[in-house]
Amino acid sequence: MTSVALMLSCVAALLATVVLAAFIARSRLATPAIYSLSLGISAIAFSTGLVQLSSPAADSPALVLPFGLPWLGAHFRLDPLAAFFLVVVNLGGAFASLYGLGYGRHEHAPHRVLPFFPAFLVGMNLVILSDDAFTFLLSWEFMSLASWALVMAHHRDAGNRRAGYIYIVMASFGTLALLLAFGLLAGPDGAYGFAAMRAAQHTPFTTGLVFVLLMLGAGSKAGLVPLHVWLPLAHPAAPSHVSALMSGVMTKVAVYGVIRVLFDLVGTPAWWSSLVVLLIGGGTAVLGILHALMERDLKRMLAYSTIENIGVVFVGLGLALAFKDAGMELAAALAMTAALFQVLNHSFFKSLLFFGAGAVLTQTGERDLEKLGGLIHRMPVTAFAFLVACVAISALPPFNGFASEWLVFQAILQSPDLPQWALTILVPAVGGLLALSAAVAAACFVRAFGIAFLGQPITEASAGASEADRFSLAAMAILAALCLLAGILPGIVIDALSPVTKLLVGGRMPVQTDVPWLSIVPVAESRSSYNGLLVFLFIGFSAWLSATVIHRFASRALRRAPVWDCGFPGIDATMQYTAGSFAQPARRVFGTLVFRARERVDMPPPGALIPARFELEFHDLVWEGLCLPVAGAVGFVAEKLNHLQFLTIRRYLSLVFLALVLLLLVLALWS
Amino acid sequence: MVLIHHLLVQIVQMALVVALAPLLTGFVRKVKARLLRRRGASVLQPYRDLTRLLRKEAVVAENASWLFRVAPYLIFAATWVAAAVIPTFATGLIFSWTVDLIAIIGLLGSARFFLALAGMDVGTSFGGIGASREMLIATLAEPAMLLIIFSLALIAGSTQLSTIAAFMTYPQVGLRVSLAVALIAIIMVAIAENARIPIDNPATHLELTMVHEAMVLEYSGRHLAMIELAAMLKLLLYLSMIVCIFVPWNLKGPDAGYAAYFTGFASYLVKLIVGGAMLALFETATAKMRVFRVPQFLGAALMLGLLATLLRFVSRSF
Repeated sequence: MTSVALMLSCVAALLATVVLAAFIARSRLATPAIYSLSLGISAIAFSTGLVQLSSPAADSPALVLPFGLPWLGAHFRLDPLAAFFLVVVNLGGAFASLYGLGYGRHEHAPHRVLPFFPAFLVGMNLVILSDDAFTFLLSWEFMSLASWALVMAHHRDAGNRRAGYIYIVMASFGTLALLLAFGLLAGPDGAYGFAAMRAAQHTPFTTGLVFVLLMLGAGSKAGLVPLHVWLPLAHPAAPSHVSALMSGVMTKVAVYGVIRVLFDLVGTPAWWSSLVVLLIGGGTAVLGILHALMERDLKRMLAYSTIENIGVVFVGLGLALAFKDAGMELAAALAMTAALFQVLNHSFFKSLLFFGAGAVLTQTGERDLEKLGGLIHRMPVTAFAFLVACVAISALPPFNGFASEWLVFQAILQSPDLPQWALTILVPAVGGLLALSAAVAAACFVRAFGIAFLGQPITEASAGASEADRFSLAAMAILAALCLLAGILPGIVIDALSPVTKLLVGGRMPVQTDVPWLSIVPVAESRSSYNGLLVFLFIGFSAWLSATVIHRFASRALRRAPVWDCGFPGIDATMQYTAGSFAQPARRVFGTLVFRARERVDMPPPGALIPARFELEFHDLVWEGLCLPVAGAVGFVAEKLNHLQFLTIRRYLSLVFLALVLLLLVLALWS
Repeated sequence: MVLIHHLLVQIVQMALVVALAPLLTGFVRKVKARLLRRRGASVLQPYRDLTRLLRKEAVVAENASWLFRVAPYLIFAATWVAAAVIPTFATGLIFSWTVDLIAIIGLLGSARFFLALAGMDVGTSFGGIGASREMLIATLAEPAMLLIIFSLALIAGSTQLSTIAAFMTYPQVGLRVSLAVALIAIIMVAIAENARIPIDNPATHLELTMVHEAMVLEYSGRHLAMIELAAMLKLLLYLSMIVCIFVPWNLKGPDAGYAAYFTGFASYLVKLIVGGAMLALFETATAKMRVFRVPQFLGAALMLGLLATLLRFVSRSF
């Protein structure tokens, strides 16, 4: 059995799980049964992908099944790129299933979640496996609809309904753009197979148009600014393990779509497309993380941070595109590796963060940061895993986020050799944007962890929390270990990615596992090197050494005493710093420009009995400046066209006639 | 044998930075005191403070978590690892390939991350205000530093400090506009990162504008000693980094003899004395600025960093 066939059997098994779930969803055994099945199947699919990625003959022939378009059939293929993304998808799927085994027990409407969960996995797997445009779009839409159903799982909440509505509108828009893009690629002959598209010659005009449509279609699914508005609404609305899948994995499927078309199908896009990708990527990263810093809903904050990470991935892709265009294969491989590594890392720590947020949500019933606090005492394991993910996502050594961010910076330093001066000047500036977003991310996650897990509990709910169940803890613990492992042994990941970069940009990074001490050396040792393992060991050793020496020779006495706080008496929990106050300096520095934030303080005169008032005005410029006008225009046009519904038959006939004449005129003028 | 020699140099470096860091702080304080016409404490006073703190019992708030007790050691360790690979008297240390300049900034970022968390652990408003402001300063200082690193790396073709230092000694480097701009920017970042005047006042304790001191308010005893030592190490680290990049003379290679190392060490000491005295002079001559002026100060550093990166194209021709 070839690996494609094995993968498709996994998909078929997941589909069978969907059917099973539809029948038994209301029974008590449904939750453990469905999630165990999903876990098992995802694990098999994950290992298949991993074996396929690491095997030397990493290309398998296409498999054609008699579905889909009658003259085409459904094509499936498993090349290194698909194998890598299948690894990401199924790893995320396996962890979400493991987490769901425990988390699902708290679900009050399991019949609204269980059938759609495996269906969502089926959709994502099929998008990556498909090798023709029809199957791709069909699976893409299947994935969107399954995730939409999951977003709407708790549809009694008006906020969730609104999120679902905006999501389905944006998803339909995205699919339409992709449909047009594939239509252009297929050409007038309707060559919908990916192999035919790859072989065909595309004019620069087609390539440019496909690029724009692709950025609209797949970019909106990935969450690129300014098409990101649905993401922070829809991702948090779903149950937490589904949020983890949507943020950690589904955005990666969108990235896969971009890579597949841009690097594989269209040939060589024009050099300006890399400029566009870089600018959008940098802007997305900064805007996403600034939104996250201002957000007080824990899950929505994580969704905004996903937008930032997608921005980082797209900066890597833009660099790879520019280097590939300039014929710098080594640098292109470096940039592509960095982007793919970031994809993998983000799926680790974002899943973990959503799992942690889900555990907090089930234990306290709160997503609002202002109502949490002191959870490190009541949920120690969750807190530790969440802390690991916070450090990792802030791109701090020795964890995995730093390794991939470091590779992006190394790729940026290759930019002086680019032929276009616009790019050589722009790329370091984009690097500055990335550095800014990484630094803001650190502030953002200090705030998230510090407010939610440290300090004193503010509400009864957070004071009465207890540790999460063992399935959730297992999923979080393994993911935390993976964050550390990928951070201290990045060379292994980089080497595993080499077949993918070879396929996409025609080059690969130097072999890393042969480098002494397991360092990573992207270009040459005199240029740069980094060794996460030694950094980890040194920090651990130095901390241990200093602690031991001090405890042995200086002092080990410890006394617990009331909080000192500079001698200020009567501290209570409400006097702590809140999430809003933590973000206030950043709001004053960045917010006035990015969000047009205004603060107004009304202080009553001394002796007056009216309360002091603090007003904060805050604008989401993308929502107000782009989405609302577009929605208004669509509404206006629909209102006008509404009149067409109430015409007499005579007028309808004349309209049909007019349309016919117009079409004939166009045809006559065209030829 | 060569390996043992290299290891020995590395170990000497690790011990040296820890041993010298309090001396540098004591020296800066002494010079500042003399400039203010005070006699000032002895330059050895920081050592005495640290040993006194280390011997005292640690008083920990009742609701402090394990993070509060672990953080000082992690902060110290991360800073120490970063400081141990900066070329002070010798380049090409055996472990200098472990981290490059970007990773050094990353390590300092890790230390700051845990310091800010430790400030928030007990749940006081002082800790929160310190953590919030520290992270705000970092959001501007870190990109500025990264842009400076870009400009240096694009000139020297490397992000390794040893290679950059070696490159800067070549006669053809000469005076470049972008290097001068980068120097100004890096000094501004270093002042902000080390919580010196005009960003923060290391001498005050009860002032609402304080940043660093507010975060460590709850610490005492050995924990406080570790954090203070880490802060001193960071000052030494930044000063060593600046002199290693911009005044790289008399740095010895990895295989030099002991006599050569001795002269390298002597010139390093001279550089530190000059650098510390200039810092003291600057701090005495300026006043502390309001917290919300700090973003402007660091924004200027950020723009200078970007300018240094872009000016490289201008100065490439000569």
